[in-house]
Amino acid sequence: MLVAVLSGFITAFLLAGIGRFLKGKLSFLVSLLPLVLFFYFLQFIPSIGNGDRLYSSYNWIPSMGINFDFYLDGLAMIFCLLITGIGFLIFIYASSYLKGHVYLDRFFGYLSLFMGSMLGLVLSDNLFTLFVFWELTSISSFFLIGFNNEDPASRKSALLALALTGGGGFLLLTGFVLLQNIGGSSSIQELIGSAETIRTHSFYLPLIILVFGGAFTKSAQFPFHFWLPGAMKAPTPVSAYLHSATMVKAGIYLLARFTPVLGNHSYWNNTLMVVGGLTMVFTAMHTFFRTDLKSILAYSTIAALGMLVFLIGIGTQEALIAAAVFILVHALYKAGLFLITGVIDHETGTRDITKLGGLRHVLWPLAIAGMLAALSNAGIPLTFGFLGKDLIYEATLQSASSAYILTGAAILTNILLLYAGFIAGIKPFIGNLKNEFSKVHLPSFLMWAPPLLLGVGGLLFGIFPGLVDRSIIQPAVLAMDGGTVEISLKIWHGFNLVLLLSIITITCGLLLYFLTNPSAEKEKWMSRFEPVSPHNITLKLAKLFKLWSGWYTRSLLNGHLRFYVFVIVSFLIGLLAYKLFTGVNIYIDRSQFLDLTFYELIVSLLMLVSIGITVTTDSRLTAVAAMGVIGYCICLLFVFYSAPDLAMTQFTIDTLTVVLFVLVLFKLPPFLNFTNRKSKIRDGILSVCFGGLISLIALEVLNEKVNKDISSFYGTNAYTLAKGKNVVNVILVDFRGMDTLVEITVLTIAAIGVFSLLKLKINTKGENQL
Amino acid sequence: MKTIILKVASNYLLPLLLLFSVFILLRGHYEPGGGFVGGLIASIAFVLHAFANGLKTTQKFLKYHPGVAIPIGLGLSLFAGLLPMFAGLPFMKSLFFSQPLPVIGTISTALVFDIGVYLVVVGVTLTILFTISETVND
Repeated sequence: MLVAVLSGFITAFLLAGIGRFLKGKLSFLVSLLPLVLFFYFLQFIPSIGNGDRLYSSYNWIPSMGINFDFYLDGLAMIFCLLITGIGFLIFIYASSYLKGHVYLDRFFGYLSLFMGSMLGLVLSDNLFTLFVFWELTSISSFFLIGFNNEDPASRKSALLALALTGGGGFLLLTGFVLLQNIGGSSSIQELIGSAETIRTHSFYLPLIILVFGGAFTKSAQFPFHFWLPGAMKAPTPVSAYLHSATMVKAGIYLLARFTPVLGNHSYWNNTLMVVGGLTMVFTAMHTFFRTDLKSILAYSTIAALGMLVFLIGIGTQEALIAAAVFILVHALYKAGLFLITGVIDHETGTRDITKLGGLRHVLWPLAIAGMLAALSNAGIPLTFGFLGKDLIYEATLQSASSAYILTGAAILTNILLLYAGFIAGIKPFIGNLKNEFSKVHLPSFLMWAPPLLLGVGGLLFGIFPGLVDRSIIQPAVLAMDGGTVEISLKIWHGFNLVLLLSIITITCGLLLYFLTNPSAEKEKWMSRFEPVSPHNITLKLAKLFKLWSGWYTRSLLNGHLRFYVFVIVSFLIGLLAYKLFTGVNIYIDRSQFLDLTFYELIVSLLMLVSIGITVTTDSRLTAVAAMGVIGYCICLLFVFYSAPDLAMTQFTIDTLTVVLFVLVLFKLPPFLNFTNRKSKIRDGILSVCFGGLISLIALEVLNEKVNKDISSFYGTNAYTLAKGKNVVNVILVDFRGMDTLVEITVLTIAAIGVFSLLKLKINTKGENQL
Repeated sequence: MKTIILKVASNYLLPLLLLFSVFILLRGHYEPGGGFVGGLIASIAFVLHAFANGLKTTQKFLKYHPGVAIPIGLGLSLFAGLLPMFAGLPFMKSLFFSQPLPVIGTISTALVFDIGVYLVVVGVTLTILFTISETVND
């Protein structure tokens, strides 16, 4: 399974290197990847249907419990099939949609990267690997949304999406750390076992708030929903992929995956019901006021996501079945509708629904696909959507509390979703063909076949629900619910309340569709609420943040080195003094002092004299030389207290520092007085405070008990394990060799920094010159 | 600062100091010393030479830019760390030759690692010092 997950990443890296040489055959080759993966996952269906789970583990950082644990159960399965199956259609669609694009190779690279991250996300059993893949989906979707990187609006949307999902990811990580601490494991399957402990823990509330923070931002729930319509700036195949089946469903997946761990608690259920319900009603209303096809689809997608969150919130077995079915239903019809919109946009050059009409004459396969998708979306009998809608009503009717309100909200949303689906799937194709569109050509087979296939799929599963109920839906519900489930989906349930509600929904939806028309006036009317929308408020906050950081940077990083040192040292003094005088009993143990020897006295006097010279001299060179003397005196002290390695290093470093100073100062103009008496006194007080504090701490440390474990470990093992007698060096090159490796890397970076800062001169035209 | 005494002395001191730095590097395993100090001493040798003879002379004498030593050193250290992984051992586990060689003693990956540190330190120190003094002299 590791190979399956990594294949997306490997392809992406290969494309980065050799993509440009494969221009012609590229799309064909890359499209094979999701297809192969799709069949790879398909072969597990029988065993997963029997209730088996596949598990494979690869060590990554076992000492911290972070491993590549992949776990394929019903829930992961349904997502894997969607990711690879719809992924394949998107890949071939994109190969035609973006044909001849300069950066086609780059596009497929991002797409493979994204697919790999999504697969990793749904297959990970480890909290932290899940998080890594979660972040990777955010990053790769940033590239995909901002693919038209020359368009400022596109860049802005990508940044907004990244900022929101990234912020959510941060919350999620915190939540995971908390969860691991409470549950005592980083494996999700093991955490299910300690679900009871987690639910009763006092940190349960903060924990679920953090997890919700991640899930709601990712799945665009109110009030974080606004990044999704903005993300419509992406090329249409990306919108179809990200918003029908994958990226935004990651939050849903997360909630579904953690239902057995965190669910079944009133906080969990009520929050999800309220947020999901609010989102679905609020955004479904929005679709009514839009004229851009993609915008309509975006808001109806958020509404569908809200519906899923809402169903997971209800949390009964019926609701979870409905959620599992609805995930599949929604992916099929929404991907289809997006792809159709993409073709319309591609061929006619507009997505404005008020201008489109009669396209069935020129784009007939898409008209069929659009109709199928819209019917499935509407839940007309014999489509898969009909089953999905029935299950939703069953779930809301049987919910324990306030069944009327929940059912009402679901009906309202479904009516508006039906309207949105008809607008996007049917309206562009009916009516009279306008002259300006009469020359529209049917695009390549690669572009109309995928939506048609998705539409037919919706119909097929609707007529033969037996294809999916036991094999896919049942294991998925099992993974969320835990109990035993027997699911058999039926086309016909008989005359009952659910059917009545279905009829009401369809009738109202059709009435709405036939009686009203999307128009620019309505959109304009809606825009008066823009200033109070969460979108606007967030942007204003971001602007404030920018102002604040500008002020902060200007006032603290003002370019004066002395000021930096002043700030750092005074902050350190404050911190140390606070800790020292509040937490520590100051007691200096005079009995531990050794007698002052003659050499120490001489060296100390020498140091004092040098300090005096450094501070008072008028010559720069003298000051540097006196500083060097101080350094050498410290070396001598090291020698007295048997630290020869330290003394040697200090000695050479001091020598080099003096040489460096002399090299630079030699060329500088004669001593200039930059300071006045006042600032000298201020600096003097600061240094005396700092020095005094450090001395106090050093004396205080003497009182602490010395832990000899570490030094005796190195002492005894240096020779036996590493065959070295110089313990210091053995630690440097062997026991803590990794640290040294990182240190020399840091040194290298410093050298590169100095070199490039001094050698790189930017001329007045702003061009770089070496 | 081209005094004749320093100039002559530095010509003799350069090989001596370099030899001394290698000595410090090699003895590091048993006595005070090691790659870091060794590298610093070698840098001092070159800096002294540059001080007495002028930067240009030293750079001509070195032929290559001192920065070249950095990737070589980093590569050596990394290689020493990676080597045990080919034997199925964890990263950075030291390996030893079973028989000591004459004069040098037992060879281990730790020595290779330390030589890498030595080279990086020489490269970094000289790059920084030379770059700064070049810029100042411009």
